[in-house]
Amino acid sequence: MIELSNITKIYKTKNGNLTAVDNVNLSIEKGEIYGIIGYSGAGKSTMIRLLNGLEKPTTGTVLVNGENISAASGSQLRTARQKISMIFQHFNLLWSRTVEDNIAFPLEIAGVPKQERVKRVAELVELVGLKGREKAYPSQLSGGQKQRVGIARALANNPEVLLCDEATSALDPETTDAILELLVDINKRLGLTIVLITHEMHVIRKICHRVAVMEAGKVVESGEVLHVFQNPQAPITKNFVSQVSGTNETKESIEQILANYPTGKLVKLTFVGQSTEQPIISHLVKEHDIEVNIVHGSISHTVNGPYGTLIVHINGTDEQVEKALHVLTQRELQMEVIEHG
Amino acid sequence: MVEQLFPNVNWESMTEAFYQTVYMTAISTVVTFILGLAIGILLFLASPNQIWANKVVYFLTGSLVNIFRSIPFIVLIILLIPFTKFLLGTIRGTNAALPALIIGAAPFYARMVLIALREIDKGVIEAARSMGAKTSTIIFKVLIPESMPALISGLTVTAVALVGYTAMAGVIGAGGLGNLAFIEGFQRSRDDVTLMATIIILIIVFIIQWIGDTITARVDKR
Repeated sequence: MIELSNITKIYKTKNGNLTAVDNVNLSIEKGEIYGIIGYSGAGKSTMIRLLNGLEKPTTGTVLVNGENISAASGSQLRTARQKISMIFQHFNLLWSRTVEDNIAFPLEIAGVPKQERVKRVAELVELVGLKGREKAYPSQLSGGQKQRVGIARALANNPEVLLCDEATSALDPETTDAILELLVDINKRLGLTIVLITHEMHVIRKICHRVAVMEAGKVVESGEVLHVFQNPQAPITKNFVSQVSGTNETKESIEQILANYPTGKLVKLTFVGQSTEQPIISHLVKEHDIEVNIVHGSISHTVNGPYGTLIVHINGTDEQVEKALHVLTQRELQMEVIEHG
Repeated sequence: MVEQLFPNVNWESMTEAFYQTVYMTAISTVVTFILGLAIGILLFLASPNQIWANKVVYFLTGSLVNIFRSIPFIVLIILLIPFTKFLLGTIRGTNAALPALIIGAAPFYARMVLIALREIDKGVIEAARSMGAKTSTIIFKVLIPESMPALISGLTVTAVALVGYTAMAGVIGAGGLGNLAFIEGFQRSRDDVTLMATIIILIIVFIIQWIGDTITARVDKR
């Protein structure tokens, strides 16, 4: 559906050249929700704008739905853009128009006759759950409602691709979840391909099928969300994963445990899929003469399945601890012994 | 009572002067709005990082605007005499004042249009582009409606300035309240005529301001 090959984007600035996107290759399947995560300045904003031609790559080609966006211009590009919609962090609604007129705007651009516009707007208002607010102006809406208008507007011309530019970053956690659910719903119902950029791992975890991690213009890691969560390679990815697994906050308590218990082993267990539902700890305690102390635990749900982390302190004779660790390696989970830092 | 306070006022010529002032102000405000809006939009689109970013156009238009904005109005009238004569065949009367009024006010208004357009959230323009909007659609459906309150309040300021300019246009025999105050009031030492002309000008200005404020408040949905 979307094919980025050898994309480089260089901005000329007063202080020399700035490479925003550095030789990126990416391929996004039809109907999937693809997340691009990175800190600000990683080049993800530029990346997403390459997909609808708001930015042109310095080198490389962008293919969206068979159309060469990087080479298109004029009316060809404008027509292509009607099938590649975008929603924004700050919603970017026209304050001078009511909800229904905002939603009608892309239809006016596409030259849809008035009667059909009215009909389509009514459908969209229903779809995003804004019934009764059609005559309101954006200033009278909450952030979540504004984003719903943004989504309705983006869907007006039945696009093939929806680009989300930090679409939930300006919203509170509850509203974020509601908007994410709406996006998943749209993805399932309309079979829309969704590309989203974010700096929140929470968003990736909640709705994305696959993810690419960006740092300094490069894609440093990519793959299925669950796979990346379970086995992060790059340091930056580990950082993002710890955002949702909460292991960062436990760093101090781990230090403390390590100091308090000079004996035994501190072990980090990562469970994926079915293994999250097995009583592994109680087996360990029953079958071996050891003590297990839980330091930290969490479970996250991703689109591809649940994912859990558990940090435990295993104490006992060296022999027993070794045996227990050996049993753990036999299981369907990942184990990492945390050493003194 | 009024007759006693203003013994020298000739109401017939005062009414005629009032109509002349209103006529000059109204016509020049309308034309200034259209011309200033066009120049302001051109300046905006040609400015760096905008849709038509063009250094040459931006520089030339900007310079032209600045030159005409810096010439004192009274000098501008004199400088434009040959142009007015060419355009209208005469340099006398209310119509003869219009070219100078418009050329004096349009650059002033163009600057205010530019400021108003720069206040528009860049994201909104980007959103329109992402939907596949043409530049003309962006101008008429995004730029103008989204900056309407500032465009109207800027036009109000310009219209009030134009009322002042019409008084100076009296130099070329354009008539109007300013002219009347100068010739009938000042030169003949009839202070009551000057005072009455001033009061009427004040009323005109207040009405313009009130209309402007009302429309601005009505179109502002932010």
